[in-house]
Amino acid sequence: MKQKILEARKITKVYPGGVVANHEVQLDIYEGEIHALVGENGAGKSTLMKMLFGMTSPTSGEIFIRDEQVEFTSSKDAIAKGIGMVHQHFMQVPSMTVAENLILGAEPTKKGLVDRKEAVNVTEKLSKAYNLKVDAKAQVENISLAMRQKLEILKALYRGAKILILDEPTAVLTPQETEELFEQLKLLREKGHTIIFISHKLNEVKALCNRMTILRDGKTMGTYEMSDLTEQEISRLMVGRDVNLNMEKSAPNFGKTVISVKDLVYVNQFGKQKVDHVSFSIREGQILGIAGIDGNGQSELVEVIVGALKQSAGEIRLKGQDISKLPILKRQEAGISHVSEDRMKYGSAPKLSLEDNAISKIYYTNELKSYGLLSNKKIAAFTERILKDFKVKYDHNKQSIGELSGGNIQKLIVGREYEYNPELLIINQPTRGVDVGAIEFIRKKILDMRERRKAILLVSADLSEILSLSDSILVMHEGKIVGYIEDAKTATENELGLYMLGVKQDSKEKLGGAYHE
Amino acid sequence: MSRKGLKNHQNSFALLRLMVAILIAVGITVAIIFSISKEPGTAIYNLFLGPLQSKRHFFNVLESSIPLMFTGLALSIVFKSGNFSMIADGALYMGGAVAAAIAIKMSLPAGIHPIGMILAAAAVGAVIGSIPAILKVKYHANELVTSLMLNNVFFFSGIYIVNKYLIDRSAGTFASLKYEPTSSLGNLVSGTKLHYGFLIAIAAAVLLYILVYKTKFGYEIRLVGSNPEFAKHTGINIGKVIILTQMLAGAIAGIGGAVEQAGMYNRFNWQDSPSYAWDGVIITILAGNNPKLVPIAAFFLGYIRVGADLMSRRSDVQNELVAIVQAVLILFITAERFLAVLKQRQESKKALSSYGE
Amino acid sequence: MELLLDILNTLTLPEFYFAMFRSATPVLLTTLGAIIASRSGSSNIALEGTMLMSAFTGVVVSAFTQNAWIGLLGAMLAGFLMSNILAYFALKLKSNIIISGIALNTFALGGTIFFLYLITGEKGASTSLPSLKLPSINIPIIKDIPVIGQILSGHHVLTYIALILVFVVWAMFKYTKLGMHIRAVGESPEAMESVGVSVKKIKYIALSLSGILAGMGGAFLSMGYVGLFSSGMTAGRGYIALATQAIAAGNAIVGLFTSLLFGFCESLSNYLQGASIPLQFVQLMPYLMITIAYTWYCSHKHKQKLKKQRLMQGE
Repeated sequence: MKQKILEARKITKVYPGGVVANHEVQLDIYEGEIHALVGENGAGKSTLMKMLFGMTSPTSGEIFIRDEQVEFTSSKDAIAKGIGMVHQHFMQVPSMTVAENLILGAEPTKKGLVDRKEAVNVTEKLSKAYNLKVDAKAQVENISLAMRQKLEILKALYRGAKILILDEPTAVLTPQETEELFEQLKLLREKGHTIIFISHKLNEVKALCNRMTILRDGKTMGTYEMSDLTEQEISRLMVGRDVNLNMEKSAPNFGKTVISVKDLVYVNQFGKQKVDHVSFSIREGQILGIAGIDGNGQSELVEVIVGALKQSAGEIRLKGQDISKLPILKRQEAGISHVSEDRMKYGSAPKLSLEDNAISKIYYTNELKSYGLLSNKKIAAFTERILKDFKVKYDHNKQSIGELSGGNIQKLIVGREYEYNPELLIINQPTRGVDVGAIEFIRKKILDMRERRKAILLVSADLSEILSLSDSILVMHEGKIVGYIEDAKTATENELGLYMLGVKQDSKEKLGGAYHE
Repeated sequence: MSRKGLKNHQNSFALLRLMVAILIAVGITVAIIFSISKEPGTAIYNLFLGPLQSKRHFFNVLESSIPLMFTGLALSIVFKSGNFSMIADGALYMGGAVAAAIAIKMSLPAGIHPIGMILAAAAVGAVIGSIPAILKVKYHANELVTSLMLNNVFFFSGIYIVNKYLIDRSAGTFASLKYEPTSSLGNLVSGTKLHYGFLIAIAAAVLLYILVYKTKFGYEIRLVGSNPEFAKHTGINIGKVIILTQMLAGAIAGIGGAVEQAGMYNRFNWQDSPSYAWDGVIITILAGNNPKLVPIAAFFLGYIRVGADLMSRRSDVQNELVAIVQAVLILFITAERFLAVLKQRQESKKALSSYGE
Repeated sequence: MELLLDILNTLTLPEFYFAMFRSATPVLLTTLGAIIASRSGSSNIALEGTMLMSAFTGVVVSAFTQNAWIGLLGAMLAGFLMSNILAYFALKLKSNIIISGIALNTFALGGTIFFLYLITGEKGASTSLPSLKLPSINIPIIKDIPVIGQILSGHHVLTYIALILVFVVWAMFKYTKLGMHIRAVGESPEAMESVGVSVKKIKYIALSLSGILAGMGGAFLSMGYVGLFSSGMTAGRGYIALATQAIAAGNAIVGLFTSLLFGFCESLSNYLQGASIPLQFVQLMPYLMITIAYTWYCSHKHKQKLKKQRLMQGE
């Protein structure tokens, strides 16, 4: 039996506001292994890692390193105990160089001043030793994401990390880069490092890891040898049921075209073509799913369609009307509802009341007024109707929305957009970070919209969601549409995966089928 | 916990913090008085109860709360919209100067005359208020920085107007010519100096409350102030909301300047800019940026001001003590994490007990 | 035309440029403080009150110890304390730093008068206190050069200290650990926290330094040429430092020039007080100029950003 290098015992974390992110979590890591920590978005993986790295402290529970109990008050303590972390969002100062970032907080000095030459030396030496190539003198804001990730790993190694935690490291990488990363991680293992690999991509975990711990809704679902579980079993443990849960859905019966998008292009502020000549249409009663790994242009596509970002080229037509030059409000009035992927940032005002958040679509209409002023009674009635119809758990109408759980906030937002009775519902990551009950409820409501003959654009990184809801599926990869599956019933998760990773690419003719006048 | 119970629990936490802040302020005040005064009893008595000793002193409280209400209201909507313009200071001063010009140079019938002053001051205030907002929206200049600079510009401009066109050379000190008698707002309660401006201020508070909580524009102000990204996705023109809000705030502050001149003065003699705008900060904070509560907060500040005045006249403690009290109050009321331990403990208890339901 | 002649006349006087440095000094010291605070990601609006409190403390301490240098230390200590109160509320108790700053300014404005009365029995100025001034210095060799000597020599010791500090602050950001940490904290606090350096601690230090520098700025006002404290004597210089800091965009050397811009405007307005334009216009000019310069800078910066974006987007 190998030695246990790290143990988390009965860890519970409650955030201010009352969100329980971890509940009596148990984690055992052996020396020299690559240990996967898997779970869906919002299962509590990141919170657990933050506690192991001292960024936040557990509400209760204990952490042991080599059987010695430790208490981290800051990352400094964790670093001192040989823990290093590679965050999902890189912890780097953009205006500084790679070498400066590497040494930040542990600078070599000469006569009391920062020794930049030595910094470059150290960077290059370390880079060679671990086969992690970086340009020591380049400014971080000018280097690729893959290099930034390598820098992040080097930073940990420079500080003497024996245990490396990687939080969804492949989310920003291309398939080749991912493969390269895996080779480097294996090299690290050979050199005696222990790695905790956080992911929700099963194929990656299978390819790389020795053992895995599964988290669900903030609780541990057990630790297993990789060979002991099939993918189906892992999925069940992660989500609590078979992945391909089949939502009951009526036979497709599409009507007229509601929206058609033609040759849409969006170039972001860094000059990257995030949306690259995208064309598609959606008809009445149709759900078009857009699958893809996060960050492949889906969000920008949605933001351009709703009018929050200005397209660089292309055309958007809603029921035949060109809306591509209209401001956000006019597009809404033309019949667009939008559930944003980041509900706290773009979809709600966390400090305002449930009422204020519920009426944001119609606050200026006569529906809520009496005698020319907004009526408390009408606002309360309107809000309560949404809250009731969407089964939101709440205390009272005037409490701030930020006090609700993620699932309940999302239900309220979906309810608000649903209640607007749009022609087109755009819904981006509808169930991200939402509890299981709410997931099922929200998905049913989406199908409900379909029954009401609305067009629905569903963007999700969750394949089971795409497969169970969509009538047709588009796959985005690096800003382009790479796959089109006209009848979603014929799609498999495997096939979508190949598209998403850019392995498979449909012909122009086939992709053209997604667009019609 | 019942719905009602929870609601009360949250409100009671905010109230608790307010109460503790006031207690700390009172504690510090008393401690300072005891450590420096030879007659602490007299000082404390006059500070806290002085205004209740006579009708005149009590009405002094009401009078002095009038300009405070206006600046408190102006700042309440600026803060509500998530901005930090202090231009109310310049708007109030110029409002006063313009009102003085009309009070001296124009002859209008009584009743109409103060209305003319107020309208002119409102217009001038609105223009002044819009400047930092426009600089922010159009040129991305921070409104706090520009408003602080421009306050000086408008202060000297006001002095210039008075000096050039209205000055009374025979007065000996800096003072304008006497106002036309028709310019006075008139007394609300005979035998006191309380004037009709008090009613105007209360009316402004009510109207502003309705505006903020009952109209489309008010909703937009609150949404922009609470989460601009969400406001943008809701289709709100954020720049327009920012400019209109600060124009309105400038107008209110301008009215405050005119009302003060028409109600309390018979000539313009503000040699320094009165600090009403800065007092407005504490008032809107005490009122939680809610216009409805601004009159109460202004009354509170007016009360300790008059109390401090009496204290300094009747004992050896100076009325600048109020500034210290004010600072302590602002610091503790706005300290989000102050006493937060109590709140968090309760929250986590509740979350864990309902977990897994 | 007459005015233009007046201005041209003024601009030929060496004394004018001497006065420019003198006017710029308190603003420069405070600007350096504001730069440090702002690079750490805090906007220290309490600098106005900090200067005032320090100006007062410097006078009182020098009067009681009869040592001007101890007075200066007292002023710096007062600045340190003011900024630490701000740091405590903003960083520890999560108050809005602007509002807490306003509270401290209120406190300083009233508090200095309150304590001045306690000590002297007067509210306007510290005339009755036997406070001391810090010396002025003649620089050998330079003082004998015509014109340049008149402009650069004979300044107050704090003026020279301020000029030296410009380079110290600049070098701090470029060459020292602390400077690197302050920059990192301001730009990407998560990055700093993730390598085990306390963001709070760095911000505390940055705010403390800003307070100490503003304290020196305040000391210049009361222990420089005037030699007494009068109520509200900072007259918004702390706010001006916020603007000059913003235009300097975190660079101490640019901060020197923006402070000199203010010094130029203020001393010009002092020289023009007898001129043919109304006094008030002359008085408001420095504030107006700074507003215009600041607005121009912000607009320019925004345009650059858009231009870069457009270039990137290939439009």
